[in-house]
Amino acid sequence: MSQTAIIHTLANGLTLIIEPMRDVRSAAFSFLVPAGSVHDPAGQNGTAAILSDLMLRGAGSLDSRQLTATLDNLGLQRGESVGVKHLGFSGATVADRLPEALTVYGDILKNPHLPPDQFDASRDGLEMTLHAMQDEPRQRLMVELRRHCFPSPWGTPTYGQLEQLPEISSESVGDHFRQLVRPNAAILGVAGGIDPVEVLAVVEEAFGDWEPLPETAFETGVQAHVVEHIHHDSTQTHIGIAYDAVPYRHEDYYTAWAAVGVLSGGMSSRLFTEVRERRGLCYAISAVLNSLPHHARVLAYAGTTSERAQETLDVTLEEIRRVAEGIEPGELERCQSRAKSSLIMEQESTIARAGAIARDWFHLGRITTLEEVRGKIEALTVETVLEYIHAHPAEDFTVVTIGPEPLDLDTQQE
Amino acid sequence: MEFHETTLENGLKVIAELNSAAQSVAAGVFVRTGSRDETEDVSGVSHFLEHMAFKGNEVYSADDVNRIFDELGANYNASTSEEVTQFYAAILPEHLPTALEMLTALLYPSLRGDDFEMEKKVILEEIGMYDDQPTFTAYEQVMQAHFPTHPLGRKILGTSDSVSALTADAMRQYHTDHYRTGNMVLAIAGRGDWGEVCDLVQAHCGSFPEGRTKRDTSPPPVGGQTQVVERPASLQQHVMQLAPAPPADHPLRYAADLLGVIVGDHSSSRLYWELVDPGHAESADLGYNDYDGTGTWLTYLGCPPQAVAENLQRIHAVYEQVNRDGVSSIELEQAQNRIASSIVLRSERPMGRLGALGSNWVYLGQYRSVEEDLDTVRGITVEDMTELLAEYPLAAVSTAAVGPLASL
Repeated sequence: MSQTAIIHTLANGLTLIIEPMRDVRSAAFSFLVPAGSVHDPAGQNGTAAILSDLMLRGAGSLDSRQLTATLDNLGLQRGESVGVKHLGFSGATVADRLPEALTVYGDILKNPHLPPDQFDASRDGLEMTLHAMQDEPRQRLMVELRRHCFPSPWGTPTYGQLEQLPEISSESVGDHFRQLVRPNAAILGVAGGIDPVEVLAVVEEAFGDWEPLPETAFETGVQAHVVEHIHHDSTQTHIGIAYDAVPYRHEDYYTAWAAVGVLSGGMSSRLFTEVRERRGLCYAISAVLNSLPHHARVLAYAGTTSERAQETLDVTLEEIRRVAEGIEPGELERCQSRAKSSLIMEQESTIARAGAIARDWFHLGRITTLEEVRGKIEALTVETVLEYIHAHPAEDFTVVTIGPEPLDLDTQQE
Repeated sequence: MEFHETTLENGLKVIAELNSAAQSVAAGVFVRTGSRDETEDVSGVSHFLEHMAFKGNEVYSADDVNRIFDELGANYNASTSEEVTQFYAAILPEHLPTALEMLTALLYPSLRGDDFEMEKKVILEEIGMYDDQPTFTAYEQVMQAHFPTHPLGRKILGTSDSVSALTADAMRQYHTDHYRTGNMVLAIAGRGDWGEVCDLVQAHCGSFPEGRTKRDTSPPPVGGQTQVVERPASLQQHVMQLAPAPPADHPLRYAADLLGVIVGDHSSSRLYWELVDPGHAESADLGYNDYDGTGTWLTYLGCPPQAVAENLQRIHAVYEQVNRDGVSSIELEQAQNRIASSIVLRSERPMGRLGALGSNWVYLGQYRSVEEDLDTVRGITVEDMTELLAEYPLAAVSTAAVGPLASL
């Protein structure tokens, strides 16, 4: 959505996108490196997650503590994430410190120590994270829902699977790094109160000598639409529902987004109104459009006490299906208003912009402009949204529930 | 940035930090009422009231309230803590008049009986949702263990029993007693015109009832209890511990924030290097929470059940060393840099400034600019940290555990 983004591809293939912003004192970056969990070796799901942790345990001339102290001293609010496709490294601080932070990340990405003597600690840490997720039914549900609703390996749990952790070794994590962490297909988005010329020079200096690697290939498998119940002695039954939609790169993406917005946008949207406000069936209910490069799903969630769980599932599915019967003009207008105001508010956050330009580049290979997105939002009509819904009906649901008792899925209407 | 303030004839305080460079504006009403202001028989009423606010008044139905906010494209919600209930909306500047009208409408809802019964179901579901989150359960339990005879120890949401037994009449009485101008501040941050704000506030809030409730802010007695919630099927053990820390208006509260970062930040701190980096624990954090008249050091440990005893010893060895030797100037400087950059980042968005504006006014009765906050953080010395530790040493006075262990 930028008018001013500067795009530069280094000779080694690293794409740098810089968006200078007015009236801000901070700057942020978002690094996407194509080494996410989709590339985990077969039977070693969790490799990318361990690599992400180990990469911060010393790099270049700095050991683990020195590296962290250097980043802390720069005031960097940092985060590492493991995505399906990418490892993410992001950070934000006052703008004049950003160039130095980027230099440090040059070492983290090119020359991490990946210390073998810290491998066990890293794997133990991941095991504990997975244990904690296992204890939280809502978190576990979303992991299982993604696993079932996307074709393999796109639904692979990004943080790994407990039973596969013992198969991962320090060597296999090192291999993952050497085969996948590379400048070609990596994306660096930088936004904030920065001088683009200075950022460009710093990035050339820090990343220019990073050696490209061959692309890696993997096969996308098939997806079965499943209905699964996981027993858990929880207070609530947690319900996850998924169905197909179109991805971010698709020309109908904003129409798909509006179709979900009618269901679950603001508090006047259908699921909130019908399931929560009119029936009091739950506190948390939502549906979001989740997009991977070539696949997208609507992921819906509701949590409810077990005796009302069947009714919650039935009403939620009914509302999802009922959108195809018609949409009020006001429902669409409210979606459009929310989209337009969040477009503007995003311009106030360096972190949001750095993330958005990196994501745009990954999905589209270009950066969308504010006018372009606003134009697409304004062009939506009730007819085009309904047309989309009829062309991509909500059906073939994947339904995962976690709780004391399984639920019945009403298959007659499918 | 320009700061403005005024007080309406009925005593409502209105404050604004206006910034012509902002692209949006955030408005909020901070009501000085929360679970600590409740008696046991209405436990959970402040939070329940926050939900009922969205059910509308004589002019707007529940559907109208949500529909109108959504028509504005507003980012709006409300929250309830032990001490403050807040209602807020971030909007584009041209929508400020409608957003202010709707926000003020939230404060005096009709509290219709049938809405009350329907929303009670939603609250019971919310209690159920948190019940499935072990860290939330641990927090509720440790507050109870630490403040066993004080309302700060009660659950913000109340219990299933207290909420089920609550009547609409009791809620109406609580609302009449607490939703008075002396308990409120209306705050605006971002792009706006002060003259317009004054006119709008006068029009929508001029008839709010006057008055202020008294809150006992004398330091509560500290319990020192241990509570264990046994969940045999769980894999991870969660332990929380509390000890006394500075109250919200204490001059050393910024030093306490810095100490939390130095000792217990989740990505690099004394506890991180001692427990998380070596793989002994998934989480080992120290946080500082401040309240009216009291404060707490909150320790959180998440690890396998068999490692709890050893990890608690590690944590307390760290605390003993910090209490004895203080912190180094290098550690302090790193923490100052981190907090300063987080203040800068948060303050760039009107929504981020709104929270600081409101809470400074509720707790301190004063306006503090971003520059003042930055200067205060940068001005803290190693000696200040020593003074803090002498008065409020790191400790574990009260404990709660949730997980497979039957006892600690």
